[in-house]
Amino acid sequence: MGERKIIEYDFGKVATERMRVNVGPQHPSTHGVLRLEVELEGEIVTEVVPHIGYLHRCFEKYAEEKTYPQVIPYIDRLDYISSMNNEWPYVMGMEKLLGIEVPERVEYIRVIFAELNRIANHQIAVATFGMDAGAFTPFLYFFRDREMILSLFERASGGRLLYNYYWIGGLAADVPPTFKEECLNIVKTVRKTNAEIDNLLIYNKIFIERAANVGILPADVAINYACSGPVLRGSGVPFDLRKSEPYSIYNRFDFNVQVGKGEVGTVGDCWDRNIVRMREMEESCKIIEQAVVQMPDEGNVQEKLPKKIKPAAGEIYCKAENPKGELGFYIVSDGTAKPYRVKCRPTSFVNLSVLPEISKGYMIADLILILGSVDIVLGEVDR
Amino acid sequence: METNFIYSLLGNNLLGYLAVCILPLVFLIVYALVAILGELKIGAFMQDRLGPMRTGPWGTIQPIAEVVKLLQKENITPDAASKFLFNLAPFIIFTAAFAAFAVIPFSPKFVPSGINLGLFYIFAIGSFAVIGIFMGGWASNNKYSLLGAVRSVAQIISYEIPAGMAILSIAALAGTLDMNEIITKQSGWFTNWYIFGGSGSALRILFLPFTFGIFVIYLIASLAETNRTPFDIPEGESEIVAGYHTEYSGMKFAMFFFAEYANMFVVSALLTIMFFGGWNSPFGDFMSGPIWAVVWFLGKSMSFIFLQIWLRWTLPRLRVDQLMYTGWKVLLPISFVCFFAIALLAMLK
Repeated sequence: MGERKIIEYDFGKVATERMRVNVGPQHPSTHGVLRLEVELEGEIVTEVVPHIGYLHRCFEKYAEEKTYPQVIPYIDRLDYISSMNNEWPYVMGMEKLLGIEVPERVEYIRVIFAELNRIANHQIAVATFGMDAGAFTPFLYFFRDREMILSLFERASGGRLLYNYYWIGGLAADVPPTFKEECLNIVKTVRKTNAEIDNLLIYNKIFIERAANVGILPADVAINYACSGPVLRGSGVPFDLRKSEPYSIYNRFDFNVQVGKGEVGTVGDCWDRNIVRMREMEESCKIIEQAVVQMPDEGNVQEKLPKKIKPAAGEIYCKAENPKGELGFYIVSDGTAKPYRVKCRPTSFVNLSVLPEISKGYMIADLILILGSVDIVLGEVDR
Repeated sequence: METNFIYSLLGNNLLGYLAVCILPLVFLIVYALVAILGELKIGAFMQDRLGPMRTGPWGTIQPIAEVVKLLQKENITPDAASKFLFNLAPFIIFTAAFAAFAVIPFSPKFVPSGINLGLFYIFAIGSFAVIGIFMGGWASNNKYSLLGAVRSVAQIISYEIPAGMAILSIAALAGTLDMNEIITKQSGWFTNWYIFGGSGSALRILFLPFTFGIFVIYLIASLAETNRTPFDIPEGESEIVAGYHTEYSGMKFAMFFFAEYANMFVVSALLTIMFFGGWNSPFGDFMSGPIWAVVWFLGKSMSFIFLQIWLRWTLPRLRVDQLMYTGWKVLLPISFVCFFAIALLAMLK
């Protein structure tokens, strides 16, 4: 019997072959035509490289060839989940450039529709996030409710997804006569469903296990990457343009800025980003309830404007709080009927840039969840 | 005891053997159609929608339409795939699932093959499917398939151990592995079922947590073994597209599909046999007899199928490391504790 030899073996250093997997552009859960080049070691993600551009539609170049009102339908197609919100910063900027005031009734209708669209957007975000985690049923519950919002939009604007409703100096058409009751009805349904989803999905043990402590985005990293919206607020930074730089009439309403608190995990994890969206739906409901009460019953919905809109030469940057974050348009006018330049500050594009940072070292199933929690729309990423 | 009415009807000849083989296959096909429709309609009901409504009255022909669609589809074999293994895999999986039907006692008068090692046989043949899954996943030459296959093998192997402990507990209680005998020992009122500790001494009340616990463990393990939600990680749609059967189409895909439904029935039947008295009536002699036995057996099994569908439309999916954690660190120790307690109960009887 010889001496026993102790073999030191570090299993962390066992060389395994890394696998490069393409997630997308055709994949069930990349939320559009996003291609992620993922390097895997077993199930662990070691590197993520997003490849974008599959949906590039030359929005900014098109805008230079169109007259000012003709740009609005193209803006609808950026973040097609929340078209109402997209139009707002552009028309608001144009109104500032032209130096016109919109009627008060218009402001209220804009606020209500923007908040309704925020609810619709967050419903899709939470629904698809749940679906990425494997829960299919909440997805359909949300879509059932979203239908009510869409049909209200349809009756006001004629479109169900792309509205072209916020016009420079007002709105395309007045709201239907039963507008207020329908809004309150939607608010009631949204609250009821959200309570149900809280039980079914948000506080489900498996869901918490999956989403908590995954994809942690520290506040300083979020700020460095210029993240905004629920992605930033999920990391605990109470930054909301509606509150910090109130535009339109948002200073008249009483609502809170929801931030991630690390309720079940760490501040800034997927669960926090998701819960911020859930709670923001409730805040939107509050705003809608207040706006419906304050809104004047009668009034003009479109300011008189010259047939050809020709702002004086100048430039403006106008931003608004989109459901996904800060959306801004930098408009340069050279005094003609067509903009010299329309530069878009896309929310999803900026938020997506943080993905490689926060998904390293997690498993491939987590990567999908992290992508879902960032909530991107490829129409806006690629423009 | 004569356990096969077909042999007494047709005699022990080739015709009899053939009939015994075909009957479960016919049952499997009919059951699969019903289960597919059930999956569609129950899912629709839970999600506040209608489900299929156009094909036939209330959409009842939908499963047939789907099978016909799959039959018509082109069978694609990827160029880079290992062709022989790729084409063989679905048949292995289906054979494994169907072979389990050989020992399932549908009624005291009909067990296709009344061998006295029924439980052991099902357990053994169930492990066989892993080979097919891995074969299909690896031969596809697709990274998603490979990931799915690796996950599936890891999952099924880990969950076979708690499932095996559950089967062992029942074997200890019954003192036999013969399915029909296990069921016969649970005859009488429903309090004699093994989930309530089986017939005999009043002491079994004390062991109720353990018998019930081992039932829950087997239920969870069986969900994992059939790749159903919340353990549908090998085919986790949102991550790895369709897992090990990503590259399959047409009839070969249908084979995987049928195998999944067949496996669902096998585990439901096992749950029924091991814990809920198999074909026994819950109320003593009330509605008992070979014909009623079939009704009771299918009724109980279908309830478990319903449970699986219900869970599928309710729960999110676990992650692969959480699955392993649950299997090895939660279910396995508990199943050992339950097994020892049940063994004690079996000794005390």
